[in-house]
Amino acid sequence: MELQTLTYLVVGLTFAIYIGIAVWARAGSTSDFYVAGGGVPPVMNGMATAADWMSAASFISMAGLISNMGYGGGLFLMGWTGGYVLMAMLLAPYLRKFGKFTVPSFVAERFYSNGASAVAVVCLLTMSITYIIGQMTGVGVTFARFLGVTNEMGIYIGMAIVFAYAVFGGMKGITYTQVAQYIVLISAYTIPAIFISFQLTGNPIPQLGLGGSLSGQDISMLARLDQVVTDLGFGKYTTTTAGSTLNMFVYTISLMIGTAGLPHVIIRFFTVPTVAAARSSAGWALVFIAILYTTAPAVAAMARLNLHSTINAAAKTGGDMYAADASLVHAERPDWMKRWETTGLLKWQDKNNDGRIQYYNDKTKNQAVLDKAAAAGWAGSELTVNADIIVLANPEIALLPNWVIALVAAGGVAAALSTAAGLLLAISSAFSHDLLKKIWMPNLSEKGELRAGKIAMACAIVVAGWLGLNPPGFAAGTVALAFGIAASSIFPVLMMGIFNKKMNKEGAIAGMIAGISITLFYVFAHKGIFFIKGTDYLGLIGGANSFFGITPEAFGTIGALTNFFVAYVVSKFTPECPEHIQHLVEDVRTPRGSKIIGGAH
Amino acid sequence: MDTSGKAYWHAVLKLIGIHLFIWALVSYGFGIVFAPALNNIHLGGYPLGFWFAHQGSMYIFIALIFVFAKLMGKLDEKFNVHEQ
Repeated sequence: MELQTLTYLVVGLTFAIYIGIAVWARAGSTSDFYVAGGGVPPVMNGMATAADWMSAASFISMAGLISNMGYGGGLFLMGWTGGYVLMAMLLAPYLRKFGKFTVPSFVAERFYSNGASAVAVVCLLTMSITYIIGQMTGVGVTFARFLGVTNEMGIYIGMAIVFAYAVFGGMKGITYTQVAQYIVLISAYTIPAIFISFQLTGNPIPQLGLGGSLSGQDISMLARLDQVVTDLGFGKYTTTTAGSTLNMFVYTISLMIGTAGLPHVIIRFFTVPTVAAARSSAGWALVFIAILYTTAPAVAAMARLNLHSTINAAAKTGGDMYAADASLVHAERPDWMKRWETTGLLKWQDKNNDGRIQYYNDKTKNQAVLDKAAAAGWAGSELTVNADIIVLANPEIALLPNWVIALVAAGGVAAALSTAAGLLLAISSAFSHDLLKKIWMPNLSEKGELRAGKIAMACAIVVAGWLGLNPPGFAAGTVALAFGIAASSIFPVLMMGIFNKKMNKEGAIAGMIAGISITLFYVFAHKGIFFIKGTDYLGLIGGANSFFGITPEAFGTIGALTNFFVAYVVSKFTPECPEHIQHLVEDVRTPRGSKIIGGAH
Repeated sequence: MDTSGKAYWHAVLKLIGIHLFIWALVSYGFGIVFAPALNNIHLGGYPLGFWFAHQGSMYIFIALIFVFAKLMGKLDEKFNVHEQ
């Protein structure tokens, strides 16, 4: 069957399954809608959390980034998984015992203040909406690439699908749909990786293949890769760090505590039946996430080696890559390169007019490499490869069957849709439950609250879709901001609420405002105010990365430290936290007496 | 034995402290700060520091969460604060 037909079929089939599940599990009460009635078993909850968490960014672009960055790309791997350890130990069981089903309602009660809750809602909405715009864009790009429709059309289709199951299904629908989406996206990720690992190293398990030897040769995969990339003037694959070691350090911290503070992930741990289940649930989530995250570095390294071997025959055998006949003749390039050339994401320009493709780092400071290139008659690197094509092109590079390519398309869509749906739920509950019911309209009925939640979701979909159609220059900056906000506002306030029983509302409010403000200030200085081009004010802060060479993506860590510090100082100079709240915190610290979270709260 | 809420909380904090120490050691320690030194040791084809950053720390994170959950369960029973 033709690739296009097959792709329609596979993506269409997975959609039918998602919608079918949403209809089957339609929500009845508010607690069904928000937390699936508190009755989702830990393993299933883990799978759903994994699907929720792994967005289009994880699925499509992470391996490509690691492929380019090498060792330094490990900060994404450690950062985005290490946060689950923090969540399992420091947050999930206590929030579950507390018995509220949204983050702002925890803040409202723990800090005996609707003001603190409103600040938390603002942080949460800012974070969720910025994150979701990237997801809607991801849906659009994936649809456009694989279904042959325009980007706008892709976003409209995505909006309709997300609307259908998020609005009608609620949490219960989303949870079971996300289990299905997890299965689709993990198969789409691992199957090509298994094929490729087997081809290269003879070991079908990518995690072992990465550390294995090349088939039929007496050299390890990574040693060959190191040799090939350094010979071509790139940084050594296994040692190149991301900026300074300090930057890599704080970048990792920012991703970790940002993960632990993501409201749409935290909300997951309210859906398990007991406190003990909340602890192990984070572990199950991480197991399912790690299946993709430990495969990603293998995909990254193998794709890099495959790419170099395709373009330079000597890369495979370890021969002289500067030999006259080593570089690929352009007319003989494989079909997948032709296909990607038409998208504009892979470009070739014959600088030395020899009809062959030379791909190396022509900006290297290594004089020996430049001399060799000059001696071989190379006049600059002729190939530009967009990092985002690595995962999508992977099955094509390895010449895998069409059904695998179609499956990858379905996986990319599943990743983007599941994250968008989870974020929408967090937005809807924050708006209807924490803002409307708790602060503005206390007499709102359960039905009214449910309806308001659905309207909020619909509005969020329209706003996110609209911003996805007219992206104000976002990309990596959006994701960085989302994590920076979660790291600098939500994580610290939850930590202090549980571990410092003397923390009062004045401290919590001041801390959140200080943390989020300083983070936004630094990020906007680099990326423009609300990412609008031309409004950046780098001059004001003394140039790019002026704070100890820390990049804006890594700045959430500094925001979090500011939050803790300001909160502590302010709490020392304001009235102490009331006695009954301190007792409440003590009660939260023990599992005894936990209840299934019901709709009455 | 002191079975008060205070003693329970101290035991919990100690358990969290130990686990977070290992968490930081494998990621920030072995994966970042000591990675250049550890790269002199090889695990199959993997330089060890690289392995911790790209593989090992994640496996250890998973183990940490399950061990922690198990030990906390035991602690809850010991202090008689577990769920019934």
